[in-house]
Amino acid sequence: MKGLIFDIRRFTIHDGPGIRTTVFFKGCPLRCTWCHNPESQNPEIESLEVETRLDGREFRKKISVGQLLTAEEVFKEIKKDIVFSEESHGGVTFSGGEPMMQPVFLKELMALCKENSIHTTIDTCGYASPESYQSIAGHTDLFLYDLKQMDDALHRQITGKSNAIILENLKLLSALGKDIIIRFPFIPGLTSSTENIRQMISFLKKLPGQLPAIQLLPYHSLADNKYHRLLIENSSSVIEAVDNRELAKARKLFLKAGIVPIN
Amino acid sequence: MNQRITDLRNISLSATNCISEERALIITRFYASGIKESLSTPMTRAMVFKAFFEEKKLCILPGELIIGERGPYPKATPTFPEICVHSLKDLDILNHREKVSFSVSKQTRKAFEEIIIPYWTGKTHRDRLMHHMDDNWIKAYTAGMFTEFQEQRAPGHTVLGDIIYRKGMLDIIEDIDIALAKIDFYLDSEAYEKAEELKAMRVTAEVLINYAQRNADLLDELAVVEPNETRKRELLKMAEICRRVPAHPPHTMHEALQYYWFVHLGVISELNPWDSFNPGRLDQHLLPFYESDLKAGRLTKESARELLQAFWIKFNNHPAPPKIGITAEESNTYTDFSLINVGGLKPDGSDAVNELSFLIMDVIEEMRLLQPSSMLQLSRKNPDAIVHRALKIIKTGFGQPSIFNTDGIIQQLTRQGKQIKDARKGGASGCVESGAFGTESYVLTGYFNLPKVLEITLNNGTDPLSGVRIGPETGHPSTFKKLDDVLDAFKIQLKHFVDIKIKGNNVIEKLFSNHLPVPFLSLLIDDCIEQGKDYNKGGARYNTLYIQGVGLGSITDSLAAIQHHVFETEKYSFSEILKALEVNFKGFEEMRNELIYYSPKWGNDSDDADRFAIHVFNMFFDAVDGRPSPKGALHRINMLPTTCHIYFGKKTAALPDGRLSGTPLSEGISPVQGSDTKGPTAVLKSAAKLDQLRTGGTLLNQKFTPAFFENEEGLKAITSLIRTYFRLDGHHIQFNVVNAETLRDAQKHPEKHRDLIVRVAGYSDYFNDLGKDLQDEIIHRTEHRNITSI
Repeated sequence: MKGLIFDIRRFTIHDGPGIRTTVFFKGCPLRCTWCHNPESQNPEIESLEVETRLDGREFRKKISVGQLLTAEEVFKEIKKDIVFSEESHGGVTFSGGEPMMQPVFLKELMALCKENSIHTTIDTCGYASPESYQSIAGHTDLFLYDLKQMDDALHRQITGKSNAIILENLKLLSALGKDIIIRFPFIPGLTSSTENIRQMISFLKKLPGQLPAIQLLPYHSLADNKYHRLLIENSSSVIEAVDNRELAKARKLFLKAGIVPIN
Repeated sequence: MNQRITDLRNISLSATNCISEERALIITRFYASGIKESLSTPMTRAMVFKAFFEEKKLCILPGELIIGERGPYPKATPTFPEICVHSLKDLDILNHREKVSFSVSKQTRKAFEEIIIPYWTGKTHRDRLMHHMDDNWIKAYTAGMFTEFQEQRAPGHTVLGDIIYRKGMLDIIEDIDIALAKIDFYLDSEAYEKAEELKAMRVTAEVLINYAQRNADLLDELAVVEPNETRKRELLKMAEICRRVPAHPPHTMHEALQYYWFVHLGVISELNPWDSFNPGRLDQHLLPFYESDLKAGRLTKESARELLQAFWIKFNNHPAPPKIGITAEESNTYTDFSLINVGGLKPDGSDAVNELSFLIMDVIEEMRLLQPSSMLQLSRKNPDAIVHRALKIIKTGFGQPSIFNTDGIIQQLTRQGKQIKDARKGGASGCVESGAFGTESYVLTGYFNLPKVLEITLNNGTDPLSGVRIGPETGHPSTFKKLDDVLDAFKIQLKHFVDIKIKGNNVIEKLFSNHLPVPFLSLLIDDCIEQGKDYNKGGARYNTLYIQGVGLGSITDSLAAIQHHVFETEKYSFSEILKALEVNFKGFEEMRNELIYYSPKWGNDSDDADRFAIHVFNMFFDAVDGRPSPKGALHRINMLPTTCHIYFGKKTAALPDGRLSGTPLSEGISPVQGSDTKGPTAVLKSAAKLDQLRTGGTLLNQKFTPAFFENEEGLKAITSLIRTYFRLDGHHIQFNVVNAETLRDAQKHPEKHRDLIVRVAGYSDYFNDLGKDLQDEIIHRTEHRNITSI
């Protein structure tokens, strides 16, 4: 079986502990308005025009985004940096897009990693069937689990989907005793409200397992050019920049509730 | 730093680099006097040494703790006319050139015009060398196929071991007398040579004692007129030190440092050896003195720091002697390559990091001087704390210390046949060269232009830049049906040029052993005294000659591009590519874009390119490694460029990797500038595919922006990168931590960035002192950004 992968990046050091290789799956159930990886949304191979510059001249070329690869082919890339992940207590992170949209392929790939004693992390939006999470949980050492908006109506508005299943899956993984770090995209006007943070805290405190740590991801407008090249309308262009005082305030709220914000 | 050190440092920083005629005049007078006619060559050189140290002007600056200058004052730099005499035109160039200039006063120019040039013209080592080289050598040398290190400077390339911390010059003289007494004039056919060499050594040992005595006398005189009581006591104490060392072994840290400094002056005044000289494992040598001084209350941590700082400044006062022509291009810097080693292993194989290792790191950070260079020897047995300490200095963008793999160096040295204890006492010196300190002569002989060999191969033996045939006919490329055909022809060309270089080396070595022995340096390196043999004659316990390969990235990418576009995808024919190269890609911009952006590139951990690097590396190794020289040395390979990738670039036409004619080649084993797109782990994996244990050093440059070092996470990740590269037998890694913005601003406003020191290639230099092409290159080297999955 083959998986649809849009990139494999080496030396990622912010997607879990140590030096990691991050495998980006193509295809995502959500359409977050601030998405930084618009090329990861569509679960098909797409064509993208890239330009190279040489001595002031521009050369354009169409390249395709997304590759169908077997688990062995992906693992071959992961294997290249095993020495670095061993030395740094790092590993591999499956991100996207949404890796859980390809659960059978993901499971096969993770099994290969575990056979080779590689630490595995899944970076997920939480929007997949509980059975899928159950099936890969045993192979996963760490979940980076996105929580965006606790208010379901607002969640639908900014991601296109309900948050009900996301919250259920989080409870499930917590009950299974999995290691979880919550990732909270701090988007001014969309997720940054004190009300949202309060609700999130109260939800997290009620989780059956250990209280997870939280990582705040402040919004950066880096993706304009990507949207432009993909001819996707960039709905993020209206989002204002993060106010650092607001961000600090949010961190404090979490800390006060005993939820440690990490960098 | 305290006021005294601040003042001394300012004197050093503001002193003008200038030519001093003092040494040239003293030795010209000696040679012209006719005294030498009745002397053997070693004795002549010993008497030259004597004349210099007896006649030279002494220099003791206010507040100095470590004394002695090679010139009459800081940065007044002597020349060595017995090796190479500078013409009036050379002096004008040195005086006026934009980079690495030396001011020449009217008085100096006059001395050259009237005394120095008339005596030495036609009699120098350089004249002898050019006279002895054959046509093939001259043609290849002129074409930029290789450089010649011993053309304007002497072989040196060695580092002091622990001898001076155990023995005074009087003890060494005793050893010489024992060796002299052992000479068998009845049966040993070399008895005369040995005796003359040993007698010459004996003279130079006495010279150093007397030179220290002269300084002691001057210190006493200064003390008499010194109004400040504290300084007066200091001067008297220093006089006492100069009467003790170098005659006797040191018993305090201050004595040890002063002894080393006298020895340093001796070595760099006797001749102008490459990689000036250096104390090597300073934290190891000084530790016993430091500990006993602290215990006895003679020293505090602060006064030890001050002494080390004073010692550091002495190095900075001594720029490399002026270089001109190709020698200036291959190594265009004031740096004289004293690379102080910190950390590593003890001779018994245990972790050598100690309190002084950290104190020396403080000194490096605070002094922020061009010289000396510094490096961390990192063994798997050393703690992370010392790496983190080093990285905190590196992140300031100073380019020092660089980091070396101790375990790898030891394996390289033992592969070459050294005893493990000698290997563990060694380290790296110069740029990145591995050596057994105190026991080895490891002479760099010249850079070797690997891409140029490919260029000659693609032109069937002819140099496209000059139209001159310099290599054998190995077939027109249109007859090459597969890449192996290219490689087979390349191998023949490579052997041809390596043979020319080695033949030249073996003659040049003789010129030094016959005409320019170094009895003083021979005192210091085992086993010159025991064997009664000069350092330049093979007296050292181990003797190695290096040829340094340059442009591995450029040649790898060129071969990969040919394989990919000509033989695999068949997008271009060989003749189309050759046509494009001939016209420097004019009208072939689209092809050049393909070659640059859509070809496999070295440094991305992809075998499509990396296999060619391995192949070229192995061919180069096979052509060089183990080939003997007359003094019993063996040739080995290194992969380092200093600034030679710029010079070789000027001598190399357009290449199939899309590089334009005349632009820099890749440096060391680093990827072609900007072509590593898979991040640092991929670069390190590629680099580690070369069997670096079979070299005597490789150079790998990685540029990071300061942002990368800002948090603990980044520091840990970089530590892991280094540790992993070393686990894979990587030899050396250096970091340029600076952002391109700053560098561009420095180009526009050099006046605002006079303190900006960047890592060039195995050494650091002032950014302002680099040529614009090199400045551009440093700016363009890939900046690895802090990659996140956003």
